[in-house]
Amino acid sequence: METREHLLHRLQAIQRQFRHIPPQAMQQAATDYQLPLSQVAAVVAFYSFFSTQPRGRFDILFSNCTSCGYLVEGENLLQILCRQLQTVPGKTRADDLVSIDETSCIGMCDHGASMLVNGIPITGLNLEKLARIAQRVTDAIPVQHWPVEWFAIVDTVHRRDLLLAKHPVPGSALRQAFSQGAGETLAIIRRSGLRGRGGAGFDTGKKWQLSRDTSGNTRYVVCNADEGEPGTFKDRLLLHEYAEELFEGMTLCAFIIGATQGFIYLRGEYRYLLPQLQSALKRRRSRGLLGARILKQRNFDFDIAIVVGAGAYICGEESALIESLEGKPGIPRIRPPFPVTHGYLGQPTVVNNVETFIAAAHITVHGADWFKAAGTTASAGTKILSVSGDCGKPGIYEYPFGVTIRQVLDDCAAVAAQAVQIGGPSGALLGPAAFDRTLAFDDVSTGGSVLVFGQQHDLLTIHRNFARFFAHESCGFCTPCRVGTQLLQNTLDNIAAGRGATADIEELQQLGKIVQRQSHCGLGHTAANHVLDSLRQFPQVFPNRMRSPFTARFDLDQALASTRRITRQNDAAAHLDQHK
Amino acid sequence: MIAGTNTIYIDGQEIPFTPGQTVMDAALAASVYIPHLCHYPGLPPSGNCRLCMVETGGRNVAACIAQAAAGQEIRNNTPELNAARMAITQMLFVEGNHICPSCEKTGNCKLQAMAYHLGMLDQHFSQFYQHRDIDASHPDIALDRSRCILCDLCVRASRDIDRKNVFAIAGRGIDAHLIVNSASGKLADTPIAATDLAATICPVGAILIKEQGYRVPIGQRIYDRRTICETGLQEHIAQQRRDQ
Repeated sequence: METREHLLHRLQAIQRQFRHIPPQAMQQAATDYQLPLSQVAAVVAFYSFFSTQPRGRFDILFSNCTSCGYLVEGENLLQILCRQLQTVPGKTRADDLVSIDETSCIGMCDHGASMLVNGIPITGLNLEKLARIAQRVTDAIPVQHWPVEWFAIVDTVHRRDLLLAKHPVPGSALRQAFSQGAGETLAIIRRSGLRGRGGAGFDTGKKWQLSRDTSGNTRYVVCNADEGEPGTFKDRLLLHEYAEELFEGMTLCAFIIGATQGFIYLRGEYRYLLPQLQSALKRRRSRGLLGARILKQRNFDFDIAIVVGAGAYICGEESALIESLEGKPGIPRIRPPFPVTHGYLGQPTVVNNVETFIAAAHITVHGADWFKAAGTTASAGTKILSVSGDCGKPGIYEYPFGVTIRQVLDDCAAVAAQAVQIGGPSGALLGPAAFDRTLAFDDVSTGGSVLVFGQQHDLLTIHRNFARFFAHESCGFCTPCRVGTQLLQNTLDNIAAGRGATADIEELQQLGKIVQRQSHCGLGHTAANHVLDSLRQFPQVFPNRMRSPFTARFDLDQALASTRRITRQNDAAAHLDQHK
Repeated sequence: MIAGTNTIYIDGQEIPFTPGQTVMDAALAASVYIPHLCHYPGLPPSGNCRLCMVETGGRNVAACIAQAAAGQEIRNNTPELNAARMAITQMLFVEGNHICPSCEKTGNCKLQAMAYHLGMLDQHFSQFYQHRDIDASHPDIALDRSRCILCDLCVRASRDIDRKNVFAIAGRGIDAHLIVNSASGKLADTPIAATDLAATICPVGAILIKEQGYRVPIGQRIYDRRTICETGLQEHIAQQRRDQ
């Protein structure tokens, strides 16, 4: 087992101490970790939470998600706070006091507009709270002296089923597994029909079986707790209140495949959960449920380490996650080989979602039939949903698979929704005609995100938000995703600015297909889904903004901006009169 | 005739392969051209440019990283795939700042040759006009990131053949850029030499050898004489090294 601090953790500590990663610190890390300096520099450049320029002593990042983002009822909270603190987005104020910028969804979607202040979430932002925050920043009051209630994150569970209704006794799944043996336990998992809860739905028992059957010196169990899909926050609840079951499920998997080391890859946005997760792990070690000779089993040692990410949605892709675990930029690997045979450090590795491990622990205790009794034939069990957006009751809902979208919308008190985005921006955009479809692997599949858009929402604004998200999160490895996601964003922005031509509809269609079909990984494969879905179901969204069949794609005056910058001339003569 | 078990079909043509070969390896060995920019036989494949996308079993895969499998039916030279390849080439053109008429690489440039091969007549998309840094610090080698297509060939050549690890790609999405492995970030402070594979493998005009501009006149350059589908069938690192 590695005893050295993880490279990401070292860099996070440096970032906290110096508010950026200075060149000499990168050099030192390269020396200490025996890595090329360029690899350390590439890691620093890859993850959003590292910077090479000093950030403010109060480093504020607004979420830009459609549910927990800074645009609230026509107000731009980010701009408002910038004005109050006399600074501009993305730039650290000259006196180093504050920096304000935006970041991808921070998983607080059921709590309205939210931000991270020095890495800690504050939710439920409104004008009044913003003014109080601005005052504290101005007075340089340390974050730990801000009102405690600002940092309280309440999980609201509106519907509980198999996994959320009751906590199994810690150790009960392991005892059951030890008494019936690893082979029989795996057989039960396989019979249960459990499929991965991250959204892709791979057969969990089969995955474990493949890993168990592969030869390798060491095996690893990895929990993907990098829920970065905008609108997903169910793992936040699970990590907060159901961590015992998660650890139990991971330990169970280790017992079945023969692993001694597990990792939880926790998204950087959930760092605030780290202390309690660490103490829960410690508690399990002291109870003999982790560590050497678990529950006095002579041949079973297993422990779990937590690795905290640093702001990169792509690390939710399992091979990118493994790259990140290895201290590299999160660029998805060539697959096959899959992690199950060639994963962490090239060894057989099972990567599963938080919810999947928890389900496995329950199945071991209650049996395969208990699990299969809920859900549908192809989609056994339940799914935990994170519901947010334009609805009266945002929060967590656990449903048996096969529930209709209409049912979910009724339960969450969504009135006259014009569309729902199931599975987050990478999922499916569905209009009312599809509300009788069901949530299931063979119908509408989801990792858990349900975003509700009411009639008041402008879909083009939603598309621009999603397009921007993918362009920002694309790892940059392959051409169609790196350039194509940016082109999608530019095209949508152009249409919104009234510079779209009818040819742009065809353009979006073609571009979307190229990004979808030619990209390297799931991010690119799904990045254009929302646009393609909309072109099919809401064709009026785009042409409504178009003035004529032909419009100049660029703003002539805007195109002269760089000339004005270079010549340092910005008077009337340096502008075109657009109205002539 | 019944094909052997180690056979794939590319556009109906029977092609033998040895287990472990990629579709690209098998195609090149059989003199079947699949367009590619980031692949160079003799270096480990990367799969980043996506020019070599072929269709098999209803989905598109990159030929340079997809393992050949017995009986596989592959579509390569189709109007749809070539249209996608052209769009991807156009993406590379608008992402960087490519100045063919005044670039020293003109006629020797694979991006330009690919554009000709695919019949590209314009850039189609709006130019990004990104600001990208130039590194002229090295006495013999110039690095102009404006023309870099992030193909990763110099990274792999330097790491795996030259064993100097001079380059890396850093940054995410459209901010991805080539970096140099030295404290100053400058080429002059690395052990790179003009004879290194990393200095000469660049398919575009991003890495240029100084003091030899226009030694070969325009009109007599590689792609003035042959098409990229001819040269693409004959490239190998071992050959490249002998030519040096």
